[in-house]
Amino acid sequence: MIEIQNITKHFGKLKVLDNLSLQLNSGECIALIGPNGCGKTTLIKSILGMVLPEGGEILFEGASIRNSDEYRRHIGYMPQIGRYPDNMTIGQVTGMIKAIRNEKETADDELYEQFAIGRMLDKRMRTLSGGTTQKVSAMLAFMFKPRVLILDEPTAGLDPVAAEVLKAKIISAKKQGCLILITSHLLSELEGMVSQVIFMQEGRVVLHKNVGELKTDTGKDTIAQSIIHLLKDPVL
Amino acid sequence: MMRILKYVVLDILKNRTVLAYTCMLAMFSWSAFSLEDNVAKGLLTVLNIVLLAVPLVSVLFSTIYVYNSNEFIELLVSHPVKRSRIWKALFAGLSLSMVTAYFAGIGIPLLIFADTGTAVMMIAAGALLSVIFVAVAFLSSIMTRDKAKGIGISVMLWLYFALLFDGLVLFLFFQFADYPIEKPVVILSALSPVDLCRILILLRLDVSAMMGYTGAIFKDFFGTSGGLVSSFGLLVLWVTVPFYLSLRRFRKKDL
Repeated sequence: MIEIQNITKHFGKLKVLDNLSLQLNSGECIALIGPNGCGKTTLIKSILGMVLPEGGEILFEGASIRNSDEYRRHIGYMPQIGRYPDNMTIGQVTGMIKAIRNEKETADDELYEQFAIGRMLDKRMRTLSGGTTQKVSAMLAFMFKPRVLILDEPTAGLDPVAAEVLKAKIISAKKQGCLILITSHLLSELEGMVSQVIFMQEGRVVLHKNVGELKTDTGKDTIAQSIIHLLKDPVL
Repeated sequence: MMRILKYVVLDILKNRTVLAYTCMLAMFSWSAFSLEDNVAKGLLTVLNIVLLAVPLVSVLFSTIYVYNSNEFIELLVSHPVKRSRIWKALFAGLSLSMVTAYFAGIGIPLLIFADTGTAVMMIAAGALLSVIFVAVAFLSSIMTRDKAKGIGISVMLWLYFALLFDGLVLFLFFQFADYPIEKPVVILSALSPVDLCRILILLRLDVSAMMGYTGAIFKDFFGTSGGLVSSFGLLVLWVTVPFYLSLRRFRKKDL
């Protein structure tokens, strides 16, 4: 569904993405993990067209995303730190996104209901706590029933109940055949949700494997243990 | 683009700066016209406001507004919206509000006190100056990520166009007074939108005699309808070129 071919990106002298190639297929729930500053967010932003790589190509269903914006109709994005116009209320932000996307299909209001966002529509974005902002971001990401979900640290800052609600939503989206890309540092949380793991380091993909394969290769029971085992392994 | 424009305009309207700016302009122009018994004197006072305050407020407010819209831009970019549309909507929204503020503050008293021809000329020149400095603000805010630097660049550009450029022209004029430099001066004055507006309005006010011999040359060139059209053309170029340059950079910007 998404094919990344040899993309490279520098920020100043720092090489953030180094000739990176990936193939992401629909129906997979992929965990994107790696140390801080390894290029995860830059990779995600490149897929969304927010960061423009210097070299290489990103294909969405076979077509290059360069100079295209329509493909984003099929992507739901939840940023790591949602940044919203300070003076707008939750209701205005939701209304604006709906108006700008102008979708014909009815919106998916499940998270809206479960997070009880209806009660907070008049609150200004500036006054929201980190967790509430995350709830709004999550709701917006799922609202248009996208075929691809890109979630950057989705559960960071959410209370345990909201985190469970979101996890259940992610699993149900996976069952419906969405491609889901999640970055997270909480490896234990990914257990039971993800089907593939991508490990990045210094702008390169070190490993891209199915979860089952990873566990048998390392001889461990959980993703967390397998990754720690690999990190300690000097061959990596 | 219209949908985004709606939200931009609503947001600017909520901002009290534009309202304060309108009131300030209205206060200045009403008092200038009511305190002077001679309309021409009042016009000269208003002209100075138009040439100094309008560009300054336009450029500063727009620069700050563009930096503060970073979140808004980021929010929209992850949705199926063309980048150029976001940038154009921001530009249109800011230009619209600056021109409206100018018209409400200065345009209305002008239409009441001055003769229609002069009023229309001054409204057109002031409106163009507002939009030109919005475009300049877009260019300076895309040049750097640092808000303080961006505002600094904007203020420097305003200082250059509104004050330094004049001094520079005057300096050249005195240095080369022995040579026939009137024509180069005409061309040089086109390099600053503020000077261009000043000349256009002064000629209209029939005080060009005060500009001496150069005034006659200016009158020869800018007084004709061809000169008028070409100078307004130049002013429009002052809008499109900075904005186009900023748009080109915005399309390639990493957010």
